[in-house]
Amino acid sequence: MSKALLYDATMCIGCKQCEQACAKQNNLRYDDAVAAEPVQSEHKFTVVLTKDDKFMRRLCMHCEKPACASVCPVGALHKTKEGPVVYDVWKCIGCRYCMVACAFGQPKYEWQSLNPRVRKCIMCPDRVKAGQQTACAEICPTGATKFGDRDDLIKEAQERIRQNPSTYVPRIYGLHEVGGTCVLILSSVNVEEYGYPATAKIGETPMPEYTGRVMERVPDFIPVWSLVLGGIYWISHRRNEVAEAEAEERKEKNGSSR
Amino acid sequence: MKIKLTFWRGVFAVIMVAGLYSSYVRYLKGLGAISNMSDQFPWGFWIGFDCLCGVMLAAGGFCIVGAVYLFNVESLHSVLRPAILTSFLGYLLFIVGLLFDLGRPWYIWHQLIYMNPHSVMFEVGMCVMTYTTVLFFEFLPSVFERFHLQAPIRWIKKIYPVLIVLAILLSTLHQSSLGSLYLIMPAKLHPFWYSPALPFFFFASAVAVGLAMTIFESTQSSRALGRQLELGVLVTLGGALLVALWVNALLRFEDYWHRGLLGQIVKPGYEAYFLWAELLMAFVIPITLLSFKKVRLSPNGLYWASVISLLGFITNRLNVSLIGFETYVGHHYVPKWTEFSVTLMIIAMGFFLFAVAVKYLPIFPKEELAVEPRLRAEMVRVDAVPALAENAGD
Repeated sequence: MSKALLYDATMCIGCKQCEQACAKQNNLRYDDAVAAEPVQSEHKFTVVLTKDDKFMRRLCMHCEKPACASVCPVGALHKTKEGPVVYDVWKCIGCRYCMVACAFGQPKYEWQSLNPRVRKCIMCPDRVKAGQQTACAEICPTGATKFGDRDDLIKEAQERIRQNPSTYVPRIYGLHEVGGTCVLILSSVNVEEYGYPATAKIGETPMPEYTGRVMERVPDFIPVWSLVLGGIYWISHRRNEVAEAEAEERKEKNGSSR
Repeated sequence: MKIKLTFWRGVFAVIMVAGLYSSYVRYLKGLGAISNMSDQFPWGFWIGFDCLCGVMLAAGGFCIVGAVYLFNVESLHSVLRPAILTSFLGYLLFIVGLLFDLGRPWYIWHQLIYMNPHSVMFEVGMCVMTYTTVLFFEFLPSVFERFHLQAPIRWIKKIYPVLIVLAILLSTLHQSSLGSLYLIMPAKLHPFWYSPALPFFFFASAVAVGLAMTIFESTQSSRALGRQLELGVLVTLGGALLVALWVNALLRFEDYWHRGLLGQIVKPGYEAYFLWAELLMAFVIPITLLSFKKVRLSPNGLYWASVISLLGFITNRLNVSLIGFETYVGHHYVPKWTEFSVTLMIIAMGFFLFAVAVKYLPIFPKEELAVEPRLRAEMVRVDAVPALAENAGD
């Protein structure tokens, strides 16, 4: 069963300890300057955004059917059975299709590097595999970020909405978006206000299906189209041969009659 | 040997120096230093122009090969070699462009061992790799001929049917797949350009561009070589171009109609201006021009109709890859001058290699060169035009 993170914005106090724990886990620099940066970047995989007195976390959504993994020509990104979408830097050729394809704009790039990597939250795959929770969930003092089985977390989120209907926007963001994600978000305001793409816009169809519809035809298309082309070539060629042979014949006939 | 300094040689030198400086920045300082690409705009001018437009402009090879070998349009035989040469150089330069754009170009061969068959990019990569090889073999006979090697030409003739089928199969696949690349971004690409029919548009426009590009390059090179072109060839190509443009225009119209966007595309707006520019240059102007028999029968008219439609389709590719994302991202992307200079260098290399190849290899039919240009022009004017005028009528 796949693991997931449930982030409940109403419980978040904006302490940014998740940012710090994430940086430590991924060997990234973290100081006051980085903490003040209000955007994700190649050195900041998760960010806690502040608007009025409310907070919102952003991080890779770890889609059930990730667009980034489906578009990568060398399969440098893949979905693990535990849930995290991970990145094998040694395969990457740097085409950045993953960045263009991601509906949540998550993969970031080391633009200043000579051997650049794609950087994003990889949901602490080693910890998850070992049965531990992610660094951000472990450090969270209020339980706003909670780690667990996806199905259990969905049930819990539904329960929270049911018990406090006035607190929450009545939906779990990530439950159905792009076919479901392993980061689920509860909030008292629309997550779109913090830069998350609107559900209506990204839809509930897994992104890989858009290209899959075309790609799945390729294996059939190749032999059929080859045969058609070969057939046309043969007919055209044959017609030429016949014409030539006839011309030859005529010449011979003319020659003999003369 | 003394090299005379002409205007174009001076331009070429400036472009190459600027390009070499930019290459130095690219490989010693990284992508961030040379380009205005960012996490919001991970694909910039190089993908839009060098890759999308480059492959599109190199479509002439498979169009002419198809016309000559599949549909027996014998009259196009004389532009077969220049078209193949253009395509071959086009794909080589596309790969050079990729070496600039890829973050880790030294791992480009990973494509061959870590395959992901679900990826459109993988399909494009494999097709381009194979097709460049096919083009190489299609190009080889002119080299062998230059050195009077008959045996290898015979070998290539034996596999020619395979090369022809492969050329068209692979071109169909990757020309359309360049459009499929964008299918996965329904929420990002502006609806004017995001369409489930993108692969069809990309393929259909590649055919039109292949024809227009053949008119453009044969006119250009005949001017440079100071000889008259066979008008009949241009007229055939121009007629085919008109049909191809109509097919493209109808496909686009049908798509906007089907998706209920006809009301929106006529409303002024940032995206609309770019769409209008694209549609005007790709369809409205060239179709109008080519509808006049006088234009269809004049080398100049055909040349300008082709150039305008080429500009239109280039605008289309840049719209799909750059302009169409600006509203989603929320700010404009303007390429840095070094990005332009790399592209210019690659284009200049293309022109240079083409000129060298035309000069030293039997690319254009020999007998044409033997005739005095002016004499030939008169011959064409006297004999060919009335005959052609009858044939080219609607």
